[in-house]
Amino acid sequence: MKNLERFITQRLADTGNSPDQLLQHLCAIQNFASHLPQTAVQQLAGQLHIPASQIFSVIDFYTFLHRQPRGDFNIVFSDNITDRMLGSQALLHSLCERLRVRPGEPRADGRVTLDLTSCTGLCDQGPALLVNGIAVSRLDEKRITQIARLVEDATPLPDWPAEFFSIDDNIQRYDMLLGDEIINGSAIETLQAKGADALLDTLEQSALRGRGGAGFSTAKKWRWCRDTVADTHYVVCNADEGEPGTFKDRVLLNSYADNLFEGMTLCAGIIGAGKGYLYLRGEYLYLRDALEKTLQQRRQNGLLGKNILGDRDFSFDIEIHIGAGAYICGEESALLESLQGKRGIPRIRPPFPVNKGFRGQPTVVNNVETFVNAAKIAVFGADWLRSAGSKESTGTKLLSISGDCSRPGIYEYPFGVTISQLLEDCGAKDVQAVQVAGAAGSTIPPREFERRIAYEDISTGGSFMIFNRQRDLLHMVQNFSHFFCHESCGFCTPCRVGSALMKDLVDKVIVGHATRYDLTEMQNIGRVMQQASHCGLGVTAAKPVLETLNKFPDIYTKHLANRSYEPAFDLDAALEVSRQLTGRDDAGAHISYEPETQQQEKP
Amino acid sequence: MSKSVTFKLDGKSISFQPGDTVMDAALRAGEYIPHLCHNPEFKPHGSCRVCIVALNGRHLSACTLPAAEDMDIDNSSDAIVEQRRKLLQMLFVEGNHICPACEKSGACQLQAVAYYTRMLSPHFTHFFPRRAIDASHPDIIFYFNRCILCGLCERASREVDGKDVFSISGRGINSRIVFNSATGKLGDSQLAITDKAVSVCPVGAILHKHQGYDKPIGERLYDTRPISVVGDVAANLATGQPHKSDERNE
Repeated sequence: MKNLERFITQRLADTGNSPDQLLQHLCAIQNFASHLPQTAVQQLAGQLHIPASQIFSVIDFYTFLHRQPRGDFNIVFSDNITDRMLGSQALLHSLCERLRVRPGEPRADGRVTLDLTSCTGLCDQGPALLVNGIAVSRLDEKRITQIARLVEDATPLPDWPAEFFSIDDNIQRYDMLLGDEIINGSAIETLQAKGADALLDTLEQSALRGRGGAGFSTAKKWRWCRDTVADTHYVVCNADEGEPGTFKDRVLLNSYADNLFEGMTLCAGIIGAGKGYLYLRGEYLYLRDALEKTLQQRRQNGLLGKNILGDRDFSFDIEIHIGAGAYICGEESALLESLQGKRGIPRIRPPFPVNKGFRGQPTVVNNVETFVNAAKIAVFGADWLRSAGSKESTGTKLLSISGDCSRPGIYEYPFGVTISQLLEDCGAKDVQAVQVAGAAGSTIPPREFERRIAYEDISTGGSFMIFNRQRDLLHMVQNFSHFFCHESCGFCTPCRVGSALMKDLVDKVIVGHATRYDLTEMQNIGRVMQQASHCGLGVTAAKPVLETLNKFPDIYTKHLANRSYEPAFDLDAALEVSRQLTGRDDAGAHISYEPETQQQEKP
Repeated sequence: MSKSVTFKLDGKSISFQPGDTVMDAALRAGEYIPHLCHNPEFKPHGSCRVCIVALNGRHLSACTLPAAEDMDIDNSSDAIVEQRRKLLQMLFVEGNHICPACEKSGACQLQAVAYYTRMLSPHFTHFFPRRAIDASHPDIIFYFNRCILCGLCERASREVDGKDVFSISGRGINSRIVFNSATGKLGDSQLAITDKAVSVCPVGAILHKHQGYDKPIGERLYDTRPISVVGDVAANLATGQPHKSDERNE
């Protein structure tokens, strides 16, 4: 414990006492001590002048932070539907048996905890897990056996086989964004030669739109931010790609980091920012060291820091902030809250981040892919982007393809590509449905496979999950409804309560206890969530249910009980205690579920 | 005086000042928009969503919606009232709101708004969460069962009392209030019975000890007149005016 105290004292001495750093401190302490003990929280509370209860409320918000020790090895399995389709549940079960633990319960000897987590962005090479925050891909029974042995032998992580941690970019199709290279610094040089106004014009002519999926005009966003008078401006890169099934930012951060930082620096030069942040999702912790190295290299080359490329009026630097397992932080205002060390609760809008963002100052928040595009547009010009795609959707889109196909991975296509083309190229056969844009996206049936990936048709941040006809799509719906219930921030009533009600109803369908009444109920709850929620998460959280109820009603009806009404609980099971107490187990002590004899109840 | 600007609320002209939200202007004009997490003394929160209104087909919370000229706002169509009812039902099943066994019954804003929107039953499946009671404070008792996470105690303790006694912790359906004290108990916090935070609770989550059923059922705040006339719990406590119970509602 003395060690921990020294660790915290040292950290605070290095980074200062700004409360903005709270989440970063908590992540570091979690890493150091496998949890956040009371003493550490009291020490932070004292030195940062934040009430301890507020620190606890931050800890309890983020999935990766724990108040109880997680042991020497904290192992969490990625629990996206694509991991499940690759057999993750059996592998978790197998590792639990080998290590004699139950999910979520630390082993008594303090060696290990096994648990589940939301999609870790390795759907193309899953099933995947994180061990002490570091990603392990391509799990199979052999790898699970090895992991069990390494844990039992208390082998330190650096001594685990290197191939466990090797993550492939897995780029299956290159187009202009991934293919056309720029020289580091060339976008900044263009800015210096032509000036901010000219570059904003170029950006506007290119018609670049945000690649996170919402598709807002990048030039407009940057212009509004620049035109907002304030003490200072900020550039923030949203690298919190948490949408289940998305992993394109993983590849950009791994192999195109210089382009990303170039784009951020370009933005800073245009809007007049001195400081930028890369908000990196906690699942991508393993990318952090290389990203820091790239930043350092850029500072040495005069592309970051004071007087960039000799310009005495241009100083800008980038700091990496790590997330801690909260899908909601992909929402830009929740991300800003998180960046300021708080719980990721989406802000009331207006004001928008371009007017009042990080620390209340005008802030541009853009997706990783958007910044990479911007850097290349600066160098190659507006026509470069316009040479691909459609009028409303210029350029290309990176798609993260996973699920039932022979070649999962990253595919870059000009906007306008059809679903059927994608399916053919990635080797998908006998397809029942494609889930485009993640859990919050759309479920596309075969009759719509000629639709296109474009802002004017199917807009997406890049997630593309394929389900063949052998799959029960309801398992996807169940996975997503549990996901949303887990990831709801809890701020507003419709999302907090609605997502929990919805999850329970989907479970009721799966176990065969639901009736048509419950399906109507799901539609009603979904509508309230869609219309009344505070932010985009709540608005879309019911979408997987509503879309499939509409387009794939059969996946529900085949599970329905043949009655008009069923209580939320199992009546017969509820009598078990009474049966035990009275020692009875005859027919009269059970409630019969024979549809013929059952009285038709009206809800 | 500048020219008065107005918007329409259910067809009625409501004048507003720059910076007003729809809720601010409506309350000032004596028009009632049902709400729970809103208290005019504090910055808008927008979390309960009960004040949802429709503007051009979009449903927005009135407490966070900046008023603008010529807006045509729907505050009472069947669709809006039905949606409010569902939100209230969600709040009812999320906690354990057993009105007949609650000291706040008759003077509870959740109950009163539910009556106002003609909610007849909680409708949804009850969660029946197991939540403890914190009775460690000498003067105050905290019923987690009845907390609706409006955040008013948190805001009042921070902004008015300067104490930061309350925080909302956890996430999603596991969200809950926590207390700022070494033990996590309310009794070890700095909360005093005179604190603003104690008087802003719209439901029966924060109650005074040593006084129960002072006022008989039937004579309480909302027993004879609806909340649209009586106003918020906190506002009635603040004015300290005894409630007139001579008029009978309808």
